[in-house]
Amino acid sequence: MDDVMVDGNALAGELSEVFSQEMTLARVACGSCGAVEQLGADHAYTRAPGMVLRCCHCDHVLLVMVRAGEQLRVSLAGSRWIDL
Amino acid sequence: MLDMPEWPGHRAGQHVDVRLTAEDGYQAQRSYSIASAPEDDRLAITVEALPDGEVSSYLVGELRVGDQLELRGPIGGYFVWEADRTEPLLLVAGGSGVVPLMSMIRHRHAAGATVPTKLLFSSRAWEDVIYRDELERLASAGDGFAVIHILTRMQPEGWTGYTRRVDAAMLSDVGWSASAMPASFVCGPTPFVEAVASALVLLGHAAPTIKTERFGPTGG
Ligand SMILES: Cc1cc2nc3c(=O)[nH]c(=O)nc-3n(C[C@H](O)[C@H](O)[C@H](O)COP(=O)(O)OP(=O)(O)OC[C@H]3O[C@@H](n4cnc5c(N)ncnc54)[C@H](O)[C@@H]3O)c2cc1C
Ligand SMILES: [Zn+2]
Repeated sequence: MDDVMVDGNALAGELSEVFSQEMTLARVACGSCGAVEQLGADHAYTRAPGMVLRCCHCDHVLLVMVRAGEQLRVSLAGSRWIDL
Repeated sequence: MLDMPEWPGHRAGQHVDVRLTAEDGYQAQRSYSIASAPEDDRLAITVEALPDGEVSSYLVGELRVGDQLELRGPIGGYFVWEADRTEPLLLVAGGSGVVPLMSMIRHRHAAGATVPTKLLFSSRAWEDVIYRDELERLASAGDGFAVIHILTRMQPEGWTGYTRRVDAAMLSDVGWSASAMPASFVCGPTPFVEAVASALVLLGHAAPTIKTERFGPTGG
């Protein structure tokens, strides 16, 4: 099954387990092209093993969340910064 | 319709995550937009049954009144509209993509808002139009809300409305011009949303004024 693109908004539920605030309005700077967008405007894939947020300008991976049982592993390596 | 113990209330456009757990512990989680207005007593979601849809076919076919569901939400702040906003509103829906827009339309009505609002709604056939009667009722309330239907596969006899996919020409005929600085919300299957959003950009609408909610391949 190919994973189909949805909006960053679709990650809001999973992100609410990690961050204490609503995250789709938070601004994220792309670690590759530097573009700054609200998280809800970036692109998301929810069916890849785990959930992935990609830059809506250059497709660079910004954030990855992988759940294994009770454990949730989060990588923000692809983002330059996130404004909370 | 869902009764929610300790529900904190929602904003129009938000969604919930539904999680199903099988007896062997296997879990599947999907997002569903909230259809009811914040003003309504009960939370409503509307699920389109996909032929081999793992979660949607369970929700539509097997869930019974009185069953319990594991829900997370309300979720999201990006694809949200509040009735105190003043820009003209353009809502563009493909199939079940009308669900979060319906929450906005119901909210607008319940709050007595009168911002000029247009819903451009693409369905396959007249029988498939979700919320058809309620939309007709709201559109005849005379408070600045209009619906433009598109029927792409089958049309009732004498249909004079649109039958083609939404494109820039259609949006420029029935939508707001970019100079009116409308707020636009586009929701539906991913390819539908892509097409509408790029057409709006082509017509000069600023990207930040176009909010999108892609449902994935649903109904495509
Ligand atoms: C924010 C958000 C809000 C939504 N709101 C609604 C709503 O209000 N009403 C509604 O009916 N639906 C809504 N959806 C879609 C919903 O979440 C499910 O994707 C849909 O119900 C299909 O799930 P399923 O388990 O039944 O189908 P699945 O078993 O997952 O899939 C059925 C078929 O479609 C394909 N498919 C479906 N989704 C994907 C995907 N993302 N990537 C790749 N292939 C896919 C599968 O390959 C399969 O062939 C929303 C989606 C999002 C992201
Ligand atoms: Zn980028």
